[in-house]
Amino acid sequence: MFDVAVQKTLGDFALDARFRSEAAVTALFGPSGAGKTSIVNAIAGLLEPERGHIAVGDALLFDSENGTDIAAHKRRVRVVFQESRLFPHLSVRQNLLYGRWIAGHAGGAKLDEVVQLLGLEDLLSRRPRRLSGGERQRVAIGRALLADPMALLLDEPLASLDEARKREILPYLEKLVNAAEIPILYVSHAREDIERLAGTVVTLDGGRVKSIEQIKR
Amino acid sequence: MDWFHFSPDEWDAIRLSLRVATIGTLASLPAGLLAAYALARWRFPGKLLFDGLVHLPLVLPPVVTGYLLLILFGRRGPIGAFLDSTFGIVFSFRWTGAALAAAVMGFPLLVRAIRLSFEATDRRLEDAARTLGASSPLVFLTVTLPLALPGVLAGLVLAFAKALGEFGATITFVSNIPGQTRTLPTAIYTYTQVPGGDANAARLAAVAIVLSLAALVVSEFLSRRIAARIGG
Repeated sequence: MFDVAVQKTLGDFALDARFRSEAAVTALFGPSGAGKTSIVNAIAGLLEPERGHIAVGDALLFDSENGTDIAAHKRRVRVVFQESRLFPHLSVRQNLLYGRWIAGHAGGAKLDEVVQLLGLEDLLSRRPRRLSGGERQRVAIGRALLADPMALLLDEPLASLDEARKREILPYLEKLVNAAEIPILYVSHAREDIERLAGTVVTLDGGRVKSIEQIKR
Repeated sequence: MDWFHFSPDEWDAIRLSLRVATIGTLASLPAGLLAAYALARWRFPGKLLFDGLVHLPLVLPPVVTGYLLLILFGRRGPIGAFLDSTFGIVFSFRWTGAALAAAVMGFPLLVRAIRLSFEATDRRLEDAARTLGASSPLVFLTVTLPLALPGVLAGLVLAFAKALGEFGATITFVSNIPGQTRTLPTAIYTYTQVPGGDANAARLAAVAIVLSLAALVVSEFLSRRIAARIGG
């Protein structure tokens, strides 16, 4: 469940978006510059709204009314960024286990399961620079899953990939979405990805929500 | 002239220089990291002044820096007297004072190099670490610092080389006492001032050149290894 209402002025751009979704997978759809990534950053705790509230599942993460603002590193909202943002000085295995290493204990998914789900068996000892774009995104998804997430934000995970790579990753995403028991926010400007994955589609334009529709799956 | 037979006095100067430069540089590393991070990332009132203060030893005549150290850290100086009575640490006319002078003179070079690499670090990777559960200190230790390591290393080598060659501030602050504060540069200077000291001066000058080059080679080697590690 996502319950989001955020207001934020960023230079000339005014973000004023509110939506609520009960679907397992919520899609944020809209052209680039519509404010999709700002909303992702606000939910993750990387961008502080001027006003509004953000709740994910049972957890209230931000509320300007009562001053609630959970720090980003305590939110357990894991993000898969468009440019994957793998740590270049760590191996794939170390990247995957980063969240667990930081937490000091193992929670959530098991390494073997995630490696199998995403087909990472042959990549574990490699460095991120030696991976293709598609492989990087799979590792980034695995890293988020292994960090004991209470929600997953996928910020255009396919945008930087060509058609062939997209077709390589989509099946993994579908498997992930069908298996996940946590709310997922999937950001895209490509309508066809969204229709394969999402239950609720929130369409943004110019920093505002234009429509919210349910997709029969 | 025999190039490889050093007198005990010469050995003393070489050993002392290495000790003073190594300890002075390493001891200033924590403060250097903090100052570099503050200058690269934080906004605070008086930042410009702080920046100027850090760089002051680079532009001041070394004699003036040495004089200021003498005023502040001498036996009767406000900081020197406090450190002496509270911790029993004495700087004046000791090798520790030479190390302090070396640290102060190398500090701007250390901070500059580290600051540049902090500024070049991809902040988006730090954000990614935060969303994965890392608090600010852990983000620094597990992402920022490892990625800035080549810059830290470059700063350490520059500061070490500067410390090895430091002359003016050292001789002003702690004088030129054999075995205590007579480092390579002051020893070379002393030999050039006495009749028949030319051979000694030349030998020690050669040692200074070799040590400085060795520091550069080691740092180049290490930074290549680190770059290979980060580059995968």
